[in-house]
Amino acid sequence: MGEAIVITSGKGGVGKTTTSANIGTALALLGKKVCLVDTDIGLRNLDVVMGLENRIIYDLCDVADGRCRLNQALVKDKRFDELYMLPAAQTKDKNAVSPEQVKEIIEELKKDFEYVLIDCPAGIEQGFKNAIAGADQAIVMTTPENASVRDADRVIGLLESSHISSPKLIVNRIRHSMVKSGDMLDIDEVLQVLNIDLLGVVPDDEMVIKAANSGEPTVMNPDSKAAIAYRNIARRILGDTVPLMQMDQKKSAFSRFKKFFGMG
Amino acid sequence: MAVRASRYVTIKGIKDGLTFQFDDKCDFEELVNDLRFKLEHTHQNILTGPLVHVDIRTGEREMTEEQKDTLLDILSQKGNLLVRSFEEPPVPELEVIDRNAVKILTGMIRSGQVLHHEGPLLFLGDVNAGGTVTSTDDIYILGALRGMAHAGIDGNEDAVIAASFFSPTQLRIADRISRPPDDGENRESHMEFAYLQDGIMKIDKMANMARLGRDFNVFKGV
Repeated sequence: MGEAIVITSGKGGVGKTTTSANIGTALALLGKKVCLVDTDIGLRNLDVVMGLENRIIYDLCDVADGRCRLNQALVKDKRFDELYMLPAAQTKDKNAVSPEQVKEIIEELKKDFEYVLIDCPAGIEQGFKNAIAGADQAIVMTTPENASVRDADRVIGLLESSHISSPKLIVNRIRHSMVKSGDMLDIDEVLQVLNIDLLGVVPDDEMVIKAANSGEPTVMNPDSKAAIAYRNIARRILGDTVPLMQMDQKKSAFSRFKKFFGMG
Repeated sequence: MAVRASRYVTIKGIKDGLTFQFDDKCDFEELVNDLRFKLEHTHQNILTGPLVHVDIRTGEREMTEEQKDTLLDILSQKGNLLVRSFEEPPVPELEVIDRNAVKILTGMIRSGQVLHHEGPLLFLGDVNAGGTVTSTDDIYILGALRGMAHAGIDGNEDAVIAASFFSPTQLRIADRISRPPDDGENRESHMEFAYLQDGIMKIDKMANMARLGRDFNVFKGV
């Protein structure tokens, strides 16, 4: 029996879909059998980020309404044999499925997969309720901005009053230079407000945008800092203890090097 | 007459009289019949004689006045039985809300969540921005107040709002609303409290709460 993890944030545009795709791929990279479920009905993106848009035949609504079997709707990833995706419908809206239907589908997927990652739509309405219905755990995404932290706080409150007890936090798009100059909230400030366990910190990285556009998750690119962060997060999900990446370490080593040669 | 099982009325002799213990589960009719039977048949000998004091125990049974009278009538038919006490089930006491007792609650009030309490409230935890605490009396927060607090919500202008980390989005006491100044500078947050003075909201250090002149228990030293 696998584990279902919902990735949610409340606010839109903080990187739920990108993170779902990357953590899913990272887990597959570590040899796990993973299924990604897109619950953003009407505004599906996960297939685009994964580069699997042209392979979709059936979707979540078709499964829920019994128009096809579950394994007919699953789209196999082009890179990993053990990575699948269940796409959302694009022509319907969030009310097309009920939380019970989603829960049933997730339960079914948990029998075949070690990890079921549910990509939640923005907002706290029907789509959110659908997405969390079948989940055992939750990952809350936030960026170091007040608006995003506020929405994450709201979502954590909703999750804590649901069946999901202790959601984990990922802080996305942190810019070390801005944090240092005091223009961006730092991790401690975010954690102080939200007061939940930190699962990982993902640095702001242009490669993420590039990768998403080319339909290849960043995590495949070992040169990307965000990729390392996502791989670490995947390992933490598996239960490994991985220390937080020291984002200024590289720089300081370099500056020490410069100093040594009398350049700093 | 058939022999009847005597199980509903238990008669016990005590130092200075008799105790009648009535079963509290059986049908009232059966109880009456058993009492009659005992008085008229089985216990005749001890019930004819000098004056005896009787205590009645009804257990958990709730009886109407009529039912009580029925039982007392039966007993009074025996001239020597003097009912001394009639013990009824204790009336469940109404929970008295002590408005001076501070209610202690722990947890975390996140964005969109509302905590309301009648009476003074001591909250151990944070109130995040977007979260709301309301009370008819004082609000004390052992933690960060980043959200909205409304003390004296029913109009109590003497109510105060205090927090260990005082950084609210908005404060309300009775019908007065106040917010931090707009000047943008990030004021250091300390352990502070807000109160109303002549209808104007003021904020002061926690240590100065004693000077407020309210009926707090003020420690004056020894």
